[in-house]
Amino acid sequence: MGEVWTLAEYRHEKLSTVSFELLNRGKSLSQKLNVPLASVILGSNIKKEDVQELIERGADKVYVVDDKNFKNFLVEPYANVLMELLNEYKPDIFIAAATTTGRTLMPYVAVRIKTGLTADCTVLEIEEGTGNLLQTRPAIGGNILATIKTPNTRPQMATVRPHSMKPSLPDRNRKGEVIYKNYDESLFKAKSKYLRFIKDESQQVTVQDAKVIVAGGRGLGKEENFKIIGELAELLGGAVGASRDVVDRGWITYPHQIGLSGKTVSPALYIAAGISGAVQHIAGMQTSENIIAVNKDPDAQIFHLANLGIVGDLNEVLPLLIKRIKEYKAKEASKNVQ
Amino acid sequence: MKIIVPIKQVPETSNVKMNPETGTMVREGVESIINPLDLYAIETAIKLKEKFGGKVTVISMGPEKALEAIKEAIAMGCDDGVLLSDRKFAGSDTWATSYVIANGIKGMGDFDLVICGERATDGDTAQVGPGIASFLDLPLSTFTSEILTLGDGRIRVKRLVEGGYEELEMTLPAALTVVKEISDPRLPTLRGKLKAKKMEIPVLGPQNIDVKEENLGLNGSPTRVVKIFTPKVTREGEKIFVKDEKTLNEAVDKIMDFLIKKEFI
Ligand SMILES: Cc1cc2nc3c(=O)[nH]c(=O)nc-3n(C[C@H](O)[C@H](O)[C@H](O)COP(=O)(O)OP(=O)(O)OC[C@H]3O[C@@H](n4cnc5c(N)ncnc54)[C@H](O)[C@@H]3O)c2cc1C
Ligand SMILES: Nc1ncnc2c1ncn2[C@@H]1O[C@H](COP(=O)(O)O)[C@@H](O)[C@H]1O
Repeated sequence: MGEVWTLAEYRHEKLSTVSFELLNRGKSLSQKLNVPLASVILGSNIKKEDVQELIERGADKVYVVDDKNFKNFLVEPYANVLMELLNEYKPDIFIAAATTTGRTLMPYVAVRIKTGLTADCTVLEIEEGTGNLLQTRPAIGGNILATIKTPNTRPQMATVRPHSMKPSLPDRNRKGEVIYKNYDESLFKAKSKYLRFIKDESQQVTVQDAKVIVAGGRGLGKEENFKIIGELAELLGGAVGASRDVVDRGWITYPHQIGLSGKTVSPALYIAAGISGAVQHIAGMQTSENIIAVNKDPDAQIFHLANLGIVGDLNEVLPLLIKRIKEYKAKEASKNVQ
Repeated sequence: MKIIVPIKQVPETSNVKMNPETGTMVREGVESIINPLDLYAIETAIKLKEKFGGKVTVISMGPEKALEAIKEAIAMGCDDGVLLSDRKFAGSDTWATSYVIANGIKGMGDFDLVICGERATDGDTAQVGPGIASFLDLPLSTFTSEILTLGDGRIRVKRLVEGGYEELEMTLPAALTVVKEISDPRLPTLRGKLKAKKMEIPVLGPQNIDVKEENLGLNGSPTRVVKIFTPKVTREGEKIFVKDEKTLNEAVDKIMDFLIKKEFI
């Protein structure tokens, strides 16, 4: 049986933490199958410490392709090189994160090598007896869960939702094998060219990466009130989310929109303020681990999802909450000094 | 400029009902609509046509009923459409779907752009767009939020990624999947509706396009659905009513306890 592989994402010359979440998932699969766990890393100027970190966090092997052409993600060369690796080493399972990169690269590759790919999985398990990968994912806006397998072709490919698992912890004594690969220039040819990255300052913490999201809806009443949401998000080290209604009103930009026609997120904590909880909104956030809702309408749909629901005016609740968090933090800080 | 827009007909899921016993969706009485995210692809294509001239063709794979979706797209301003429909296509996963649509597109002659929606609201995979691009060996921009320039056999686009935007340049023909930010879909016009009503939409099966039988439908699909079930959303769901100063303080206390207990602060 082949190895279990994870895609380590190298973006802006940094290893992203989803790479460690994938290792954590991969570990349980590889242990069950009793095969090595390997990470593939494609990038340019890949730091030795980063490769070492993958090993310390669980990889038995790391396949490294370090090429100047991999400075930025472009699907064609990435797919070409990945196919070479997959054809040579024939892993049994190959998982990537459901990021913009994973969601682009994985289907492009799966089509070429004719194998199954399951998108946006939240649970991965090994089937007793067959050793097949059982992949569970939400569909129809999270209204159902489907378990899918790829019985006859290999590798079994899946993308996994960021934050659906904790990153694996490092063990500084772990040892592993590093395999450097070089490929012919022709594989890096592309009909596309990367021009530039434009940072969106309002996405200091992006909703996809955030552990905590504080989201505001029409109940905010006016654009200025997004400041309260921003302040609370910052205090919690989180990102700002929004309903479509307020994005359409221009109170905040589209990258913050959560839901059917926005982003699907599963943070550890989602705070919804002044959001009614329309199905299209819920479709994007119902897999959040914890949900707190603040809404003045006791019958708002969002309360059906909330672990903690506050029926009240967000203009009273949130400012007081912010004040209390600040006081708490100040108290904790002074404790640490003593 | 010749633009192809793959669109999918999906159940209107905004008031989806689940059968709690079978865990399946109640389809009776559920209206079918164009996948809402495909409207942005249609609008993008029509805008490009208005600016650069040319033609927009929609293509859909699905049951005969999907002709409605194609006609609606034509009523919005697309020029014509093709339906890929046959019992042999039924049960296709994203691999087999991309395969049939890509080969349907191949049979339509030269084109400049394939523009897909980001994802379909029923299957929710976002895999068919990149899949089509891969089968057709096209450069691809996913999550496209803006078309910057188009000309000299090239297109420059902006795509929405984690933390910002990326700009790409691709040679034509190229494939895009688009997000809501790219356009504001128009409504069908009365004239468009009349035109669509009269138009004969070709319905193609495996005998009309260059496909291998073993790659179709369930047999051609590498994945299998093992089971479908309804998620249990079990939330204790404590609800606190704020009525006055005192209950306000209690409510905030509760939130603080929650945040501290779960180590968010
Ligand atoms: C095809 C399609 C796609 C869609 N995609 C999305 C999507 O991706 N994301 C999305 O969010 N929506 C989406 N929608 C829209 C969705 O149906 C709702 O219209 C939208 O989510 C409503 O936003 P809201 O909750 O902010 O506003 P509302 O529904 O107006 O809710 C505002 C809430 O604020 C409460 N409120 C008011 N004042 C206060 C106060 N002072 N304190 C506390 N609470 C207060 C009210 O009680 C109310 O519940 C989509 C719709 C369609 C048709
Ligand atoms: N059956 C289909 N017919 C035509 N286009 C489709 C079909 N399924 C998916 N697509 C296109 O692929 C995109 C992504 O769909 P999906 O991968 O199913 O989420 C959609 O927005 C459509 O543009």
